[in-house]
Amino acid sequence: MTSSPRQTDLSALIACPQCDALYTVAPPEPGQRATCARCHTVLIAPRRKAGLNIIALALTMLILSVGAAVFPFLRISVAGLSNNASILDAMLAFSGPQLILLSLATAALILFIPIARAMLIVYVLGPIVADRRPFPGAARAFRLAEALKPWSMAEIFALGCAVSLIKVGDLANITFGPAFWMFAILVVVVVVQDNFMCRWSVWKSLETTPTS
Amino acid sequence: MEIAGNDAHVMTAREAGLVGCRRCARVWPLGTQVCGRCGNRMTSRDTRSLQRVWAWWLAGLMAYVPANLYPMLRTRTLVSSQEDTIVGGAVELAHHGSYGIALVIIVASVVIPLSKFMAIAYLAISLQRGLKASPHQRLGVYEIVEYIGRWSMIDVFVVAVLSSLVQLSGVATITPGPASLTFALSVIFTMLSAQAFDSRMFWDAQAEDRNQSKEQTT
Ligand SMILES: [Zn+2]
Ligand SMILES: [Zn+2]
Repeated sequence: MTSSPRQTDLSALIACPQCDALYTVAPPEPGQRATCARCHTVLIAPRRKAGLNIIALALTMLILSVGAAVFPFLRISVAGLSNNASILDAMLAFSGPQLILLSLATAALILFIPIARAMLIVYVLGPIVADRRPFPGAARAFRLAEALKPWSMAEIFALGCAVSLIKVGDLANITFGPAFWMFAILVVVVVVQDNFMCRWSVWKSLETTPTS
Repeated sequence: MEIAGNDAHVMTAREAGLVGCRRCARVWPLGTQVCGRCGNRMTSRDTRSLQRVWAWWLAGLMAYVPANLYPMLRTRTLVSSQEDTIVGGAVELAHHGSYGIALVIIVASVVIPLSKFMAIAYLAISLQRGLKASPHQRLGVYEIVEYIGRWSMIDVFVVAVLSSLVQLSGVATITPGPASLTFALSVIFTMLSAQAFDSRMFWDAQAEDRNQSKEQTT
């Protein structure tokens, strides 16, 4: 490298978001990853047919999330009495202000935010995959989807269900409902989708096809 | 990937007179305010980030204290009614022989939150005082804090699950106590605190050291 970065085209450079190290972009082969030499943050990780796969996985997530909301996730039975709990039930059980706030927060973290992320991702990537112009506001939509990522907690909820089952397991007979298994699959889908997602490639395609 | 600089010294965007977008990694001339690709607000180094870190840290700590003092769960059965704090609930579980679950609850609700408060304070103080810590070590601590912090929410979810599930009128009911809300707030505030860091500052101290030693040798 003899030329100063000032003279080169700025779009050919990339700055590590974690440590600010500056690199000349050299996109790796699909399936390979380019990482920061200093802090090992993954910078570029293209995958073949990533867009289509991500959209398919996002739609799967939507269906699973809606199912997980409606079907019961645990079932309790003790002394002839039984109760099913679904997230929808939990939200509609107006037994005290604390429970309402708690179920709203829970529903937001395990349902609304994951569903919103899946829809935003389909909105952003749909036109890119179809080689069309991005929809208006695609950049803002993708930025929001990225910002919401740490607040999407379906996988933690799945573990919470398992802990609850053991916690009251000796008081009553508790079994997993269909929604629990949907959450379990959802956890896997989220991980696989994250693996396909190369943020740099998405931003690059949003840039090369101007929104206006 | 090629480093824009030589092997011995990693050139940063700031040294090259550029500012990097932390959302999409695009670079722009230094002083550009908004990223032209993703619309993110950019600063070369967010010097006010530590104020936000401390503000959320304090809010998180203030929510964590009542979360431990007030009951997390209220259990009512035909014969008894009982209120459990986080630690009390875990001790109860251990008494019944569920050591594994008691351990999960203690780790998620006590060990992780407390180490998180300490880790964030260590990172913030080491940046403020300019302590000579290896950036790899600091980034390691930071990444663990960011990754693990979310899992503290598990106890809140357990309360939400139990109180919607155990509604057997007459036989047993479980309702959430005030600690469930303050604990959830504490987790949210500490997540915001960790997110407020500008991790690029972890590396600057090292670069300054090297520049100084270079000046001394020449
Ligand atoms: Zn880096
Ligand atoms: Zn940007």
